[in-house]
Parts: sequence; structure tokens; C-alpha cells
Amino acid sequence: MRITLRVYATLCRYIPGASAGIPLSLELPYGATLADLMKKMGIPGEEVKVAFVNGRARDLNHVLEDGDEAGVFPPVGGG
Amino acid sequence: MWILRINMTDATYRLEEPSPAYKNLAGRAMTSTLVSDEVPPLCHPLGPHNKLVFSAGIVTGTAAPTSSRISVGAKSPLTGGIKESNAGSSWGPALARMRIKALVVEGLPKDKKMLGAFLTWDAAQDKPTLEFFDASDYAGRDLYAIYPEVYEKFGKGISVASFGMAAEYGYGNAGVVFNDMNKRPSRYSGRGGLGSVMASKGLKFIVLNPGGAPGVSMADKALFDEGRKKLLEALQTHDITKPKGALNSFGTAVLINILNEAGGLPTRNFSSGRFEGAASIAGEAIFEGVKERLGKEVYNHGCSPGCTIQCSNTWYKPDGTEHASCLEYESVWAMGANCGIDNLDKIATMVHLCNSYGLDTIETGATIGVAMEGGLLPFGDSGGAIDLIHEIGRGSSIGRTLGGGTEFAGKAYGVVRVPAVKGQGMPAYEPRAVKGMGITYATSTMGADHTSGYTIAPEILGVMGKQDPLSPEGKAALSRAFQATTAFIDSTGHCLFIAFAILDIASGYQGLIDECNGILGTKWTADDVYAYGAEIMKKERAFNEAAGIGKAADRLPEFMKTEPLPPHNQVFDISDSDLDSVHGEM
Ligand code: SF4
Repeated sequence: MRITLRVYATLCRYIPGASAGIPLSLELPYGATLADLMKKMGIPGEEVKVAFVNGRARDLNHVLEDGDEAGVFPPVGGG
Repeated sequence: MWILRINMTDATYRLEEPSPAYKNLAGRAMTSTLVSDEVPPLCHPLGPHNKLVFSAGIVTGTAAPTSSRISVGAKSPLTGGIKESNAGSSWGPALARMRIKALVVEGLPKDKKMLGAFLTWDAAQDKPTLEFFDASDYAGRDLYAIYPEVYEKFGKGISVASFGMAAEYGYGNAGVVFNDMNKRPSRYSGRGGLGSVMASKGLKFIVLNPGGAPGVSMADKALFDEGRKKLLEALQTHDITKPKGALNSFGTAVLINILNEAGGLPTRNFSSGRFEGAASIAGEAIFEGVKERLGKEVYNHGCSPGCTIQCSNTWYKPDGTEHASCLEYESVWAMGANCGIDNLDKIATMVHLCNSYGLDTIETGATIGVAMEGGLLPFGDSGGAIDLIHEIGRGSSIGRTLGGGTEFAGKAYGVVRVPAVKGQGMPAYEPRAVKGMGITYATSTMGADHTSGYTIAPEILGVMGKQDPLSPEGKAALSRAFQATTAFIDSTGHCLFIAFAILDIASGYQGLIDECNGILGTKWTADDVYAYGAEIMKKERAFNEAAGIGKAADRLPEFMKTEPLPPHNQVFDISDSDLDSVHGEM
């Protein structure tokens, strides 16, 4: 299945050439979770503070579906 | 400790012993109490009976980390209610070191002539002393031109409070400005038109030089030191607040992307929760852009002495010269996503112009968004938006209409979608996508104000647990708890950004309480923090009710209850009784 991934802030450094918010299109086996996606991309799961799938915050064990859009963040804050 | 009163009717001042009832009050607690005690709620904000109050926090002026905030309070020309707006600057610590608990500007001059006040420490008399000076040469001019002249005139070691041309026109949108660490006129008590209150009094500057002043007195220095160390450790460990952490690297605009992902980044005057240009204006883009233009990585700086978080950035032109400081999340959003503008150079120009003219960036961007909705110019027209800021700054007839703020512009242009509460334009979080924040906007005594109850922490950022931002469940209680705790933090003089660390790290929270107990000699516990904050909210609320701003004003604009917001297609579905419970169950 095809998944779109966007990485942000310090997580960009795990993906050569990636910049924040620029979508990456990936192929994953059916039934893959957010954790599997992180593993495939070489992003340490413990550095992911908030992960979104289609705009909703999800745990790393969330099962992805074809066409899902994911966005992952390290701890961020501001105001 | 003193209360310093400057009477502008006859250009005199006097020092008073504070009433014993004020012993533990500082920062927002002090400004809001003094305004409640002395300002008639029905007075005209720019008339003779309003008072402008400055107060530094409980720990401001000490070695406590990230504690250089100054609160400014008055009846607001924008909302008609009570207002407290705080800024980070060396000005707050300077006032605290001179042991001035509150500086109150009152009365109204007989003529339009502008004066300045220069405040120093008189060692022989062991008290502060004040001289007035003629400031008429500084009126009607760009703040970036006059600040260097003031530094030149008064020499090293000074801090400067002022206002810009926007305030001289009496706009609802005009801030009080303080210097940053680089003498820029860039740190604002921006919200609610407090600059216009200062201008109405004809007091163009308050210049402080605390040289020789004794500093803040402490009941128990050992306890204070223990507290500040605990807090410092929390700040230096937490991922958001530590050196080279999120705030220090990417600034507050690191929030642009996460709000956009969550569908809660208000776009084109609150008509969508997603902006297609978000990534190109976000904190990461600022960091990368500066790196490219200067050829090196630059981490952010502090806005004020003793800040260990250091979230303030500077944007540079392609030739490497300075363009604007600072590009905050709120400012970038207001001029950017909210106006459909995705170019950081244009946004930087707009932010710099707001600082030059003395405007609040949030109110300015929200107003331009409404003007775009009203057909005055198209969304995305950055050149047109820049021209409008000049119109506001120069006081043309169109500028005067827009200087009145978001709600005023909405009326002038017949706009229905007006994002404002109690007359104050909404900041950078969409209530339909982050419900707790909507409750804060609706019920804050300040009008739509994100800082007064920052439920974004658990709803979006995963700080202090995680809560579903789209769910209304339990959000009134959440907002109430945040509002009360925030009122306390606003009284300590700490920057609200310490909250990220202390809400997650219990010893840091205890450190904050220890610091205050060390200074005041109190025996406060966590329960007292809530009670202290709740007391402030009650006073503010009572002032507003007496000013005619009651329950009916604790509501969001109608369109948010009827127009579903993409991408989640949600409306604001918090019931009126839930909204009323925020103050009702306080
Ligand atoms: S965290 Fe940022 S806004 Fe707060 S005091 Fe430090 S530099 Fe100023």
C-alpha cells in the first residue's frame, strides 16, 4: 500500500535530503503500523513524541491503511 | 517596597508604602488588583480615570531562570475590559531591583505635549528618584529611529518602555514596547491597546537605570536557591526547553507545522485549518533559511536577561543583513497563513513594520485577514498587506479604520466571519479543531487570548498527557485549571514557556513554588498556586462584569458554531452551560 509521510524538526536528520513538511511517498505491506514505518525510515520510535495520521494523533501501534498521510514530530512547543 | 505613582495631570510623582494587602502580589496579580481597586470599570480607557500599571513578577530581578517578565495592566481600549499583557525585557528586572512593586501612571495632561520619565536609584536617600524630560522630538516617529537616540541620551545600563505612532492615534491595536537585549524596540505587551493608554497620558518613555539599587529582598535565600536550581534543572532537561531543544533551535514558529498537521492552523481568516504554504513559513524553514543566508547554523537568543530557554530568532536578508527580530509563531501565522501569504521575507517586513509603528502583530494580521475577507484586497496579496500596515502606521483614514482592530474592521467592511472575542482578535489556534483552546478564548477575562489557558499543551503537544483536541469532554475543567495556573505563573514573572518543563517534571514545579516561598516567606503548596490564580481571575471577572462584559460575552463568534471547518469538518460544539462553568465552578 502507498503511504505519504512528512517528517518535522529534528526528525528530518534521519532521512538524507528530507526537509520538514515535504511529503515522501512510500510503499508498505498491508497491515503495517506507524512503528513499522518508523523502522523502515530509520527513525527511532522513542524520538517520536506526536504522530498524526490524516490529522488525528495516533499511537505508534496504529495500523495504517492505503492512502494514509502520516506526519511525525519530536517534542515541540511554543506559543 | 514602593508604589511609584506618576501623575500626568501635573507631571509629578510620589512614592508610597504599599498596603499590607498587597504584600504577596506582583506581576499580573498586582496589575489586576490595582486596576480593580482604583479604576472605575465604566471609565473611558483613554480618559482621565484609567490607570496604566506596570509590575514585575515575584521572582523578577533575581537569579531565577527565565523570569524577566513585566506585566502591564489597565482597562483595555480594545476589549473595554481589564487587561494584563506581559513582555520579556531587561525593563522588568530593572524595576524590581529598584524595589518598585508597582509603577502607576495616572491622570491626563492638559496639553498634547509628550514627556519622558527617567528613573534612577538615589543612593543617598536610599530610594528611587524620577526626572521628567521633554519628549516632543520623539513623537510621530519610527521606533527603530528613536530607540538609538534614547540610548545615546541616557547612556549604558538603561531599559526603555515606550509606544509607537499607532498609540499616538489612540488605536485599539497599539502595544507598549520594551527593549530586547540588543536595544531593539521589539518586545511587546502587545495585546489590548495598552500603548494607547500610555500615549493618552502623554508619557512617551519610561527609562530605567537601576545602577546602585539594592535588588530584590528575600525572606529565605537558601530556599529560593534550592527552588531555582530545581527549576533550572527541569528547563535544561526537558526536550522543548533545553539548549538546542525545539524552542532554542526553531523558535516558537516550530508550531506552524504541528498545528497544520492537526488541522488547527487558522488559514485565510479562519476558513480552513490547513495552509498549503505552512512548511515554507515554519520554524524549520526559518532555521534553514538563516543557515543558508549566513552560512552557519544559528541558535536562538534570549529576549531578556537570565533566560535559559532562548527562543527568540532573527531573520536575515539574502545579503546577510538583519531583516526582522523576532519571527514568533503568532506573528508568522498572523501575517502568513491567516492572510494566505507563504513568503518569509514578506512576513519579516510586516513584522518589522509592526514593531516600527508600535502595533500588535496578532491584532494586525487578524485585522488584515478580515479586510481580505471583506474584499479590500485578495488573500495572498503580500504587497497590499504591507501597504495597509503603512496606512495604519501613518494614520490615513483607511489606516485609522484598521487600527481599531479585528472586530472594528469587520463592522467597517460588513464581514460576518470575524474571529474575535470581547473585541480582541483570535490568535493562531482554531477553536473548531482544538476545543479546549476555544473555551479559553471564549472565557478568558482578556478576550481571545491563547496565553491565558494554553490547553494546546495536552491537546496537541503531548505535554502533561495527551487529550483529543476534537473532543469537548472535560475541556471546561481543563481550561479552568490552565487559566488559574497561568494567572499564577504570570504573577511570578517567569515566562509562560517554563510551563512545558514544569508540567512534565514535578521537581521543576516544586522549584517554582520554593522560589516564591523563599522570596515572600510564604508556605505555599501546589493547592495555593491554583487558589492564587483563581483569586486573580475572580477579580478580573468582577471588573469585567461591572464594565458590562458578562456571560453573554463568553462566547465564540456565531460562524464557528455553524460553519464546519476543513479538514475535520467540525463546528465548535461546546455548550453554553459548559462555557459558563469555567467561571461558575471556579
Ligand atoms: S523563552 Fe523566549 S519569550 Fe520566554 S523569556 Fe526566553 S526568550 Fe523570552
